[in-house]
Amino acid sequence: MKTYGFRFALAAIALILLPLIGCKPGAVSQKSVTLLNVSYDPTRELYQDYNIAFARYWKAKTGQDVTINQSHGGSGKQARSVIDGLPADVVTLALAYDIDAISKSGQIPANWQSRLPNNSTPYTSTIVFLVRAGNPKHIKDWNDLVKPGVAVITPSPKTSGGARWNYLAAWGYALSQNHGDQGKARQFVAQLYKNVPVLDSGARGATTTFAQRGIGDVLIAWENEAYLAVKELGKDKLEIVIPSRSILAEPPVSVVDKVDEKRGTTEVAKAYLEYLYSDEGQEIAARNYYRPRSQAIAAKYASQFHELTLFTIQDVFGGWQNAQKTHFADGGVFDQIYGK
Amino acid sequence: MSAATSKGKVRAGDAPLVKWTLIIVALAFMLVALVLPLASVFVEAFAKGWQVYLASIRDPDALSAIRLTLLASGIALTMNLLFGLAAAWAISRFSFRGKNLLISLIDLPLAVSPVVAGLIFVLLFGLHGWFGPWLDDHSVRILFAVPGIVLATIFVTFPFVARELIPFMQAQGTEEEEAALVLGASPWRMFFSITLPNIRWSLLYGVILCSARAMGEFGAVSVVSGHIRGETNTLPLHVEILYNEYNFAAAFAVASLLSLVAVVTLAVKKIIEDKTGIRGEKA
Repeated sequence: MKTYGFRFALAAIALILLPLIGCKPGAVSQKSVTLLNVSYDPTRELYQDYNIAFARYWKAKTGQDVTINQSHGGSGKQARSVIDGLPADVVTLALAYDIDAISKSGQIPANWQSRLPNNSTPYTSTIVFLVRAGNPKHIKDWNDLVKPGVAVITPSPKTSGGARWNYLAAWGYALSQNHGDQGKARQFVAQLYKNVPVLDSGARGATTTFAQRGIGDVLIAWENEAYLAVKELGKDKLEIVIPSRSILAEPPVSVVDKVDEKRGTTEVAKAYLEYLYSDEGQEIAARNYYRPRSQAIAAKYASQFHELTLFTIQDVFGGWQNAQKTHFADGGVFDQIYGK
Repeated sequence: MSAATSKGKVRAGDAPLVKWTLIIVALAFMLVALVLPLASVFVEAFAKGWQVYLASIRDPDALSAIRLTLLASGIALTMNLLFGLAAAWAISRFSFRGKNLLISLIDLPLAVSPVVAGLIFVLLFGLHGWFGPWLDDHSVRILFAVPGIVLATIFVTFPFVARELIPFMQAQGTEEEEAALVLGASPWRMFFSITLPNIRWSLLYGVILCSARAMGEFGAVSVVSGHIRGETNTLPLHVEILYNEYNFAAAFAVASLLSLVAVVTLAVKKIIEDKTGIRGEKA
């Protein structure tokens, strides 16, 4: 009797393991090719749409089927994975600094940013605010965020690319209000981070903290992320506030030369990124709330993107390498103001 | 179990008030900390109806995550079964130098944080790791591919089978096996006729714990996965992705599968405990 029960249990386990037989990776044929696009958090919906469009375009042009696999995560973490060997054919990350890091490991040449138009940034975004419906705390601009009693949600600039744009946008605003006084800008940003109750590690995590879990009065977010949150979670719950001035966020793209050479995907990877600049690519970006580079498409979607004064990281901070060294490196300005 | 023997003997502290307060507190805590969260998973999963539930599980990415999870836990289980048997056999039947070291080493994965476990493999097999350049030259993919996920799963589930078997086999001693050998049985005959039937329930118990952990592992697998949709996402990683895409109903639908595994595991575990009277010393 006992033995019988044991055999039965063994048979049950065998039954569970049975589906494993026949699990093997799909065959690769000449007529099809796969690409891996390693991207950051908020681009999921954008590339879902774009991959379909590009596959259609590539099939019509060459007769070849292309399947694009996606990997999403915090920009810095994704760059780290590519450096450690994640075989990305293309990277579409939140900031140039992260692609620079991959470049330093030897997989992308140092001049990568000049290989495609507009600093290899086919679409841009900016940093805006998301508040609760009716804007109960009357938040209109950056200076409302430092008021006592306002809880601000933003992820940690140590791990999140988006959060670094948030931080730099606040700093740039403070500089413009104080005639370029760095000391006052620092005070302003320190004051702002005193109002931050929780630092998430990524942009998407911060959005769910704010929107789903209901923590905080205002979320500093990518414009596209803010629009998406309103679309997904309801206009009756959330509202977008556009500040008077913000940073022009440029999330760049690049092929990963070493991987492409090895996999023989150089041509299709290049075409994949170039097609982002086409009318169709630009329109998909605009539909997913990214600001298109193309004047014509931008004009078509003008009502969706509010006018505001935008400054670039190059003008105000002298580029990513400088900004990173001064503000976000260990012991940098962020560590000094947040540690206190 | 001890309650049964002390039944009827009322001690000074066992006033009904104390008894019922304790019972109610314990039950209330269980309800809030365990039952409610588990129930909420199923409620959320069906929040948008049956159709959405089925569609989320039939989604190609979800199916691929299910396949990968079964594959990784199946391989991990087989490896740990073989290793667990070998280790338990060696430790309980022979004495050799470094035996205590081996026993402590088996427990190592329980003490190491899963994130560190994942990073170990990045250090070994990453492009700039110890074996990375060689593997890259020979076009062998371990990290950010299925082998890496399998390795990480094996690592975190390493102790489960061995830890169940070792104390049991040690307690059981070697008399029956020696008798079999003296009576002329071959070593294999002895193993299948004497040893295996003796240890079957604790073996099965280890297998259940091992597979539950293997399917649920998040941390270590997350580090080595690369999160490629439809390729290197296991079930727990797929749940996180869906949740981050505002796809709450689908996230909980997939999560409900994992919860089901947990419930089934508990049931099987209970059956084995009732059958054998052994009780796991760990959760």
